[in-house]
Amino acid sequence: MAIDTALATLSDQLFGAAAASYTAALICAAVEFSSARTRKVQVNERELVAAGVLTVDGTSSGRPVIPTAQPIGHVAKAEKAPWGERFGRVATVVTVVGFLIHVGSIVARGMAAGRMPLGNMYEFTSLICATVVGAWLFIKLRQKSLPIGVFVLVPVIVLMFIAGAILHTEAAELQPALNSYWKWIHVSTVSLSSGILMFSGIASVLYIARNRYERKGSTGKVGGKLPELATLDRIAYRTAIFGFPVYTFAVITGALWAEVAWGRYWGWDPKEICAFVTWVLYAGYLHARATAGWRGSKAAWISVVGLISIIFNLFVLNMVIAGLHSYAGLN
Amino acid sequence: MSRRDDTHLRSDTLEPGSAEPGYTKPGATGTVIAFLRNVWRQLTSMRIALMLLFLLALASLPGALLPQWNLNQAKTAQYIIDHPGLGPLLDRLGFFEVFASPWYAAIYLLLFISLIGCLAPRSWEFVGQIRSKPVSTPRNLARLPHHGRLVFTDERSPKQIADQVQKGLRGWRFTQREEPAAGDGMEPVITVSAEKGYWREVGNLVFHVSLLGILGAVAVGKMVGFEGSAIVIAGEQSEGICSGSPAAYDNFRPGLLVDGTNMAGFCLKVDDFEAGYTEAGTATNFIAHLSYTEEPGAPTQTYDLQVNEPLRLDGERVYLIGHGFSPIFKITFPNGEVRTYEQPFNVTDGNLTAEGAVKVVSPPGYTGDDVYLHQLALVGIFAPTADLGHGDLMTSIFPAPDKPGVAIQIYRGDLGLQNGSQSVFGIDQKQVDNGKLEKLNRDNMFIGDSMVVDGDGTVIEFVGYHQTVSLQTSYDPAQGYALFFAVTLLVGLMMSLTIKRRRVWFRIFPSSTGAGSAGADSSRNTSSSTVVEVGGLARTDQAGYGEEFTSLMKLAVVPTNQPSNASTGRP
Ligand code: HEM
Repeated sequence: MAIDTALATLSDQLFGAAAASYTAALICAAVEFSSARTRKVQVNERELVAAGVLTVDGTSSGRPVIPTAQPIGHVAKAEKAPWGERFGRVATVVTVVGFLIHVGSIVARGMAAGRMPLGNMYEFTSLICATVVGAWLFIKLRQKSLPIGVFVLVPVIVLMFIAGAILHTEAAELQPALNSYWKWIHVSTVSLSSGILMFSGIASVLYIARNRYERKGSTGKVGGKLPELATLDRIAYRTAIFGFPVYTFAVITGALWAEVAWGRYWGWDPKEICAFVTWVLYAGYLHARATAGWRGSKAAWISVVGLISIIFNLFVLNMVIAGLHSYAGLN
Repeated sequence: MSRRDDTHLRSDTLEPGSAEPGYTKPGATGTVIAFLRNVWRQLTSMRIALMLLFLLALASLPGALLPQWNLNQAKTAQYIIDHPGLGPLLDRLGFFEVFASPWYAAIYLLLFISLIGCLAPRSWEFVGQIRSKPVSTPRNLARLPHHGRLVFTDERSPKQIADQVQKGLRGWRFTQREEPAAGDGMEPVITVSAEKGYWREVGNLVFHVSLLGILGAVAVGKMVGFEGSAIVIAGEQSEGICSGSPAAYDNFRPGLLVDGTNMAGFCLKVDDFEAGYTEAGTATNFIAHLSYTEEPGAPTQTYDLQVNEPLRLDGERVYLIGHGFSPIFKITFPNGEVRTYEQPFNVTDGNLTAEGAVKVVSPPGYTGDDVYLHQLALVGIFAPTADLGHGDLMTSIFPAPDKPGVAIQIYRGDLGLQNGSQSVFGIDQKQVDNGKLEKLNRDNMFIGDSMVVDGDGTVIEFVGYHQTVSLQTSYDPAQGYALFFAVTLLVGLMMSLTIKRRRVWFRIFPSSTGAGSAGADSSRNTSSSTVVEVGGLARTDQAGYGEEFTSLMKLAVVPTNQPSNASTGRP
């Protein structure tokens, strides 16, 4: 099948436009974040009453009763200057627009090449970035007061820059070794789960920063503006338990593909080793959360190591170490 | 001490740890047993499991960062030569064979022992939990990670509140209990214990057992499986290969228990080979047209072998893993005899430049020791689309055989084959160094060209080529089990990660008995207030239990007809 160059060019232009939108959103998100006030852990009594729970007479309009101890799992909102909030809203809208353009770029690329747009590093880096942004929007649209867009968009933009400037290759057909439906399932789920786990890793990095701030008192400027530990932990955990089974599935389909293509389902190829190491690290993360003394920031650190290993596996390994997988890379 | 992870929802985590029952001062054997028991308890603790997991990840890394014998022998050998200090040491320590090294095995065996030791008692306990009612309400709910207190002034009795709560606990297992009244003539305190998410435990168990299953399947595969590879010439006159013994293969890698008997007895021939390329030289398709018989005497069948589409025969699988060329030479010897020689060459680059050597072991017209003065070797390269761009040096500029050429260096003398095995793709350089094999003239040839060997007038003509196909046969009877356990692993994992394991307790004090620890609060209450204490416990999935717990507390609130306030909804 021939390559449709017009579509391929369109895809490249959309990719650039998406990156530009993210950059614009980044600026707005930066304003949003810097104008956010420092948050302290606090119990907001009025909110509990609004929840209709704690009143003296048991009706939702009665005299409030103060709970005996800890906050009942809600998050105190920081008061924000309204213009900061407005910038936040703009950031979200622009991110959504960028995301749609980005998806358009990926679809156009696939149509141009007449195959799934996952044939080389440029293409799957693009999908991973879109997944990270998608995961972020999924969370942000449900939880409005989460001014951490900066920390998501900066790595995404850096990755997209690398993808566009260094990894970019023209749309082309593939070697026969790559033509297998297992391959498509494998590579797409690897990209999706990597994107989700990367987002989870970002939340864990923020958790560590916030944890530091809380322990050292009010020194860090950034730490104080971050959401509370419980929020960050929840985001990191929820995305991890979604990403991890998808990643597991991706590794299994990778083994199925290897059985079909190379004659063995597992051969400790460098790429397979790194996939295994990443998998073990995330298993360790989930384990740590069930281990006394390992919850909290230690678990968050494991998630960050997992993030590093994903990045290593996707980018460093493809460029540096030659294995059977290496032809999926640059050339 | 029986401290356990407090997330394990055991009853012993809710109360302060009590001294181990029946504790007596140990004697000598007692000390040993106590020591062993301690080691065992340590080994099966979550903390050690975590350490072993990290160790496993860490120990895998050299496998990716250092060359490995099983993947690339040449590179590994070169690495050891390049690092004369460290290389041999690392080699002895197994760093070039990480996944076969004893230390790697030690880590995963310990991990799996720990796993069994951890999960067996846990499963046992779980069976007990299913068969009994939800555990009774802990004395001090305020010590739980989630807790709260409600005060009601309405007319409902504790029993009514308890029933109302139970009605709201859809999908939970619950039970109501009465606690003795605080004083004479008072109503008893009513508690509701509820828990849910038992399937999470099942999923967790399935997941961990599947890990064991996969390990077992991998181990069996390594024991009884094998891999063999061979280069087969394509074309009408193709000899093909007959499996059935390791000798059929150029390279045979048996499992530990494979003795070469009982191999499937299929025979196959490559009738034709096709390859398609884009203009840029990227391959678009490879097809090897096979004809084969499944066993001696069986009817001949055909199959189009392609990359990603192995031929599956009686448990063995045949793969197309590469292709190349074997040049054909017609040699006219000094005595006038003409013979044809053909030898597959070894592909060395993406444009299929191939290196190799044609060896004439018994040249006609010579007998006895004379043979060892007149053996010939044609050493060089084959290029499917030959280009002489760099002076006289031939390279291939395209993978399809559009303009095949060979660059051949002639040697004559003693090939040294009787000194032991040597590569089929080259000559023994020692024979050249010690003067037994003489280096003669070299030439580039295209099809139809010929050259005359210096000295004796032997004529060598490059008459053509055949395509060759590299085939690999793999046998792993356990791989289906590995897949089975991979699927159960995934299902178990999803169950265990999506199902929430939760406990909640309500303790409902009748009017004006007051909660024991009400303290300052009670002064604010009117005399006829009902106090409800609520406590909640989640496992590792505590993230998010906060909101859910808040809505659980709401179950005790006076029912209103207003739609309930959504601000506590789950995210
Ligand atoms: C072979 C290596 C192991 C791997 C890859 C592994 C992986 C995992 C994963 C991914 C989870 C999360 C699922 C969940 O939360 O239910 C988990 C949970 C768990 N694992 Fe393992 N595990 C391994 C070995 C062990 C060992 C040796 C033990 C015992 C010491 C153990 C005990 C547990 C327990 C108790 C949980 C449940 C945690 C909870 O939710 O409360 N695992 N494991």
